[in-house]
Amino acid sequence: MPQTLYDKLWDSHVVRTEPDGTALIYIDRHLVHEVTSPQAFEGLKLAHRKPWRMDSVVATADHNTPTTDWDKGIEDPISRLQVETLDANISEFGAKAYFPFLDRRQGIVHVIGPEQGATLPGMTVVCGDSHTSTHGAFACLAHGIGTSEVEHVLATQCLVQKKMKNMLVEVDGSLGRGVTAKDIALALIGQIGTAGGTGYAIEFGGSAVRGLSMEGRMTLCNMAIEAGARAGMVAVDDATINYLKGRTFAPEGAMWDQAVRYWRTLRSDDNAAFDLVVRLSGSEIKPQVTWGTSPEMVIPVDGRVPDPEKERDEVRREGMERALVYMGLEPNMAASDITIDKVFIGSCTNSRIEDLRAAAEVVKGKHVAPTVRLAMVVPGSGLVKEQAEKEGLDRIFSEAGFEWRQPGCSMCLAMNNDRLEPGERCASTSNRNFEGRQGAGGRTHLVSPAMAAGAAIAGHFVDVRSAR
Amino acid sequence: MEKFTRLEGLVAPLDRANVDTDAIIPKQFLKSIKRSGFGVNLFDAWRFLDHGEPGMELASRQPNPDFVLNQPRYKGASILLARKNFGCGSSREHAPWALGDYGFKAMIAPSYGEIFYNNSLKNGLLPIVLTEVEVDSLFHDVEAFPGFRLVIDLEQQTVSTMDGSKVFRFQIDPSRKHSLVHGLDEIGTTLQHADEIRAFEDKHKSRQPWLFS
Repeated sequence: MPQTLYDKLWDSHVVRTEPDGTALIYIDRHLVHEVTSPQAFEGLKLAHRKPWRMDSVVATADHNTPTTDWDKGIEDPISRLQVETLDANISEFGAKAYFPFLDRRQGIVHVIGPEQGATLPGMTVVCGDSHTSTHGAFACLAHGIGTSEVEHVLATQCLVQKKMKNMLVEVDGSLGRGVTAKDIALALIGQIGTAGGTGYAIEFGGSAVRGLSMEGRMTLCNMAIEAGARAGMVAVDDATINYLKGRTFAPEGAMWDQAVRYWRTLRSDDNAAFDLVVRLSGSEIKPQVTWGTSPEMVIPVDGRVPDPEKERDEVRREGMERALVYMGLEPNMAASDITIDKVFIGSCTNSRIEDLRAAAEVVKGKHVAPTVRLAMVVPGSGLVKEQAEKEGLDRIFSEAGFEWRQPGCSMCLAMNNDRLEPGERCASTSNRNFEGRQGAGGRTHLVSPAMAAGAAIAGHFVDVRSAR
Repeated sequence: MEKFTRLEGLVAPLDRANVDTDAIIPKQFLKSIKRSGFGVNLFDAWRFLDHGEPGMELASRQPNPDFVLNQPRYKGASILLARKNFGCGSSREHAPWALGDYGFKAMIAPSYGEIFYNNSLKNGLLPIVLTEVEVDSLFHDVEAFPGFRLVIDLEQQTVSTMDGSKVFRFQIDPSRKHSLVHGLDEIGTTLQHADEIRAFEDKHKSRQPWLFS
């Protein structure tokens, strides 16, 4: 019977299955960071259990780390204790690799995994972080887990799971100039909603997806969770293989050839059955801007903020009204009339080299609008930062009035000092526009890196297709 | 994990869709390296008028009188009635920890964020799925009748009103139900299959040796 990519990944990792379909799934790669792991290590110690296979673990500190003044260390004592607790746990239990705070290869866990070749096709990848779906770009079965599951994977190398349903999101046609993977993701969520993917593993396919770089595919899979799907994935092709060749933890020599032969099979068979197929036309997707407090509250940049009075569903209408009040917006106003106070280019969604290049192209030779209080670029990792500096992107940003920061999660979730003040409005390349996500009372508009850059220069949202 | 069999409790309604885990427990409280003590900051940004930071005394905070859980009629509630996609967003298990620590033992909603759903079950917090129509009728009841209570019977898989006038059945995976009813330690259960895991690992290694190099 023809199988989907997800079917293949699932079947190749089932250790045992209970009569009700609940299975034990073997985990190949366990990514660990400081926020969701301390209680798991503590639980392991309290139960006098040993980790099953610490050479599956790749760890880093990213959520709490500052993006300025690294010579001063971590000033907040509670954040510092959490990072030091990870240091202590890794030194006690070991790991395949650890990129601690201040290491030149440190960075956002979902940026460094692929960058190091620690994410390989065919793997099961977990992490106590919902954006683990990112790694599905490499034809992995990758998803976020909670802390109890982190402990379970440490102790048993397995996860208790039920198989999800198969969804295919097919994006055909070519994307317009200035339209990116981020816009595909937001347009999809606008169409199916933030619960549209609940219960499904999403495979992204179609010519527009095959045309994306690995960075773009990571952006797309990263946002699968915002569509409600724990896992998103893309089939292996030349782009996947070329990206991985020569990476630190990728196989070499004869083993590389053997691996590549297997990886080439990691695609859905012709005529494989999907429970649901969603189609988008790549050429019709416009640059997207979220207007509300859920990623599904999204409009194209040439659109207008919706009017709750036209919404017939009562729960939805009340949600829209609440979002408009929180966001300080009026119904029917044009997206391009929304002015911004801050700009954040970064996060596990959009902080890779291609993202920084796209933003730099927009800001080159221009300057951040005087009404914008802060525009910052936070590279996804130390190595992304080095590469960008080698290309002179840091100078382009600095000359345009952006702050060029150290890597980390930063203002995507504002666990460190980078945050919005109450009422401040931000053009952000991150993934969640929830109330208070970027700081209590802060207002987030999710956009692509080029759109964030364009907004920084104009002081309000602009259509990057015409701005060029 | 504590056993869950039957629960009779006061119901509190949270009438909004897509309540995310950032709202359930804001990020500044995730810096803790403990599992306990999150209840005082449950729904912090909605529950209080002042901005909360770790370590603040509950007595010094300014409760938001308009937030539903601050209304005296819902004090002591153990069942949270919610709308679709409750617990979407981040994988933080601090969300069910906060709900449990506050005093909730079960939730009723038309759907949940998947990671949150799993995390809740691992902590003995029962996430019940009913249809939108059933959830709607319960929102109506809880609004109409102060002191509205429900009985949850996990073994029978039912939610009923005290007078038995409404009985709703709900679905749950048999293995998850078994773990909850018996309060099982899931890691201990999995480790009973350690030989099978080792056998799988050997086979996996021979097929994809690069995963182990």
